[in-house]
Amino acid sequence: MSARPIATTRSAAGMPTARLAVWWIIASEIVIFGGLLGSYIMHRLAHGVWADYAAATNPWIGGFNTFVLLTSSLMAVLGHQAAERGDGPRAAKMLYLTCGGGLLFICVKAYEWTTEISHGMTITANTFWSFYYTAAGIHALHVIAGCIIMLFVAQTAKKNLELHRVEIIGIYWHFVDVVWIFLFPLLYIAK
Amino acid sequence: MAETIHVGHAEEHGHHDHHEMSFLEKYVFPLDHKMIAMQYMFTGMFMALIGGFFAYAFRMQLAFPGMDVPFWGVVTPADYNALVTSHGSVMIFWVAMPVLIAAFGNYLIPLMIGADDMVFPKINRLSYQIFLISAIIIIASFFVEGGAFGGAWTAYPPLSTKAQYSLTPIGSTMWITAVALEFVAFLLGGINFITTAMNSRAPGMKMWDIPMVVWMIVIASILFMLSVGPLLAGGIMMIFDQQLGTAFFDPDRGGDPILWQHLFWFFGHPEVYVVLLPAVGIVAEVMTVFSRKKLFAYKTVLYTAIGTGVLSFTVWAHHQFIAGIDPRMANVFTVTTLLISVPIAEMMFVYIATLYGGKITLTTPMLWALAFVFEFLIGGITGIFLGASGNDIYMHDTYFVLAHFHYTFYPIAIIGTYAGFTFWFPKMFGKMMNDGLGKLHFWLTIIPFNLIFLPLFVLGASGQHRRIYDYTNFPELAQPWQQDLRQLATISLVVMLGAQVIFFYNVIKSWMSGPPAGKNPWNSGTLEWTATSPPPHGNWPEGLPTCYRGPYEYSHPDHDKDYWPQNEPA
Repeated sequence: MSARPIATTRSAAGMPTARLAVWWIIASEIVIFGGLLGSYIMHRLAHGVWADYAAATNPWIGGFNTFVLLTSSLMAVLGHQAAERGDGPRAAKMLYLTCGGGLLFICVKAYEWTTEISHGMTITANTFWSFYYTAAGIHALHVIAGCIIMLFVAQTAKKNLELHRVEIIGIYWHFVDVVWIFLFPLLYIAK
Repeated sequence: MAETIHVGHAEEHGHHDHHEMSFLEKYVFPLDHKMIAMQYMFTGMFMALIGGFFAYAFRMQLAFPGMDVPFWGVVTPADYNALVTSHGSVMIFWVAMPVLIAAFGNYLIPLMIGADDMVFPKINRLSYQIFLISAIIIIASFFVEGGAFGGAWTAYPPLSTKAQYSLTPIGSTMWITAVALEFVAFLLGGINFITTAMNSRAPGMKMWDIPMVVWMIVIASILFMLSVGPLLAGGIMMIFDQQLGTAFFDPDRGGDPILWQHLFWFFGHPEVYVVLLPAVGIVAEVMTVFSRKKLFAYKTVLYTAIGTGVLSFTVWAHHQFIAGIDPRMANVFTVTTLLISVPIAEMMFVYIATLYGGKITLTTPMLWALAFVFEFLIGGITGIFLGASGNDIYMHDTYFVLAHFHYTFYPIAIIGTYAGFTFWFPKMFGKMMNDGLGKLHFWLTIIPFNLIFLPLFVLGASGQHRRIYDYTNFPELAQPWQQDLRQLATISLVVMLGAQVIFFYNVIKSWMSGPPAGKNPWNSGTLEWTATSPPPHGNWPEGLPTCYRGPYEYSHPDHDKDYWPQNEPA
């Protein structure tokens, strides 16, 4: 593997390159989810009947998943703390725990969707359910992608290498968390 | 000074271990920003030839209905729809974007800010690979069952979502998939550009020392990033509508077709400025060098560009005046649309002021830059007619609109590209281009271009609607004078396409046997001209430059030479 270009090591803006880039990634993701949720909200305001469809969602499962994601974000913060202290192995352990949270979230989601689909609430049932599966599905893909990246970061962090990456993946994970904080009330709670 | 030495020392560690690279490493999977730029440049030019060929095929059908078009055959109605759709999509997404943003951005940003590469070379490579896959998908869609998508580059539902209307069950999904992948590629590239320009500038290069073209590409990347997201989400919704049977855009089942128009144009209008700004930046570089003057009002141009970017998010519904939007909203969008012509007009005045009193040399790149201002003005002024909602209700979807946006996009994507390519050719290939052939190519491109689109303004004003396969079915649109103008436009197009042979001959001939260019053939002050031509991997193996002043110090009274390079200590 060749050395990094000098360009990567400079920071004329006063912020490490990777952190700067991840904020721009988050900015572009905000617009993607913003477009999707904006469309959903416009539809929702125009169709009062959607409140009845939304009543069929299970806020307890959604609430439990919110709790799981928030806890995993706490683990990511603890991992960042450990990385700041230079304690790579502990940072890696915390990242594995974060991943575990992501995995639990996906499993609960799989159970929830299976139940809903078996009761006839499929993606084509009506436009509310189309938005429900599309928005939560795109979010779930972000959870899965975050977990995979986190496993790579943990592998190197365990050897006390590239510890700055722990913070970067943590910022991304908090973002994924915040998206869910928007999805949960919009899809489950608003009746 | 002590700080400079310190920085220089700290940067020693990053130097590359040089080793001989294999052909695959160097040309197929490169990490070097210049090679990735060349991949984008030549893929974009190849796609431009394909897009031009599409235009040739459907223009022949319009001028000579039912003829057996050489190299294509008889254009059927389905062919016609697929050709116009693909021409628009290819020219915007696979020509203007990769050449103006990705190729020039990749080539110029690290060289002009004095860095050895982009900050994320591997993401850069990934960006091109995703882009290439998207280009292959859009071409491949011509060969699947049902053929390529024919619902126009705007892909309005329900035509685009229901196979029983579009008759292209596979082609329409391939089209939206290719477009979505292309967006992902440019999001990756854009993040790289923004981060590189923000963080990796040469020591001493302050905000106002950054060359204008770098600013413009960065602002364009930010605009792209902030506008494309909703359409990316909309693209996923469209794929679900096509393939899973959801009803996001289907009014019969609770969806809303106008939603797609909003998502599309919320991106589609800023997109005009995404490609315009880099072209404007290229023209700024060329004009200052060939009039030996400082860019007039550097900061004003910059603020204007940012202002244009902000305003461009508030004008999108002027594409939807007849889509049934609230007339009160149409008034609001008329006002914002007319407002946005103010900053653009101001930029054009700044360029004219830059020329004023300068020592102008009419080289090939300078001719292209002047033509940009001249031709874009026609596009801008006709836009004011269309921005007024009352007038647009008559003009909507006529050839007047078509001629208007070709007078904006052609100067951007073709004239701007030629200005930049002929200007930086000596840096890219280390050889000078033949100026005589360059000028011949210039005139044989510019004159036919005007002869294609000026008649289309007249036809459009006389009521000629777009997207009609054969005007002989409409007697009031098939009068002899109208058919004559159509033939004039088509013949001019063939001449213009033929003239591009001169360009490619000139490129290959100059590349093979042109006179060596040396480091700085145009006596320009920006940093890329201090590297060897072409620059090696790492750009400045002897050490990266330090910046001491602004980019446009031409004819400075305190300096004996008529240019003062950015890297020269005071």
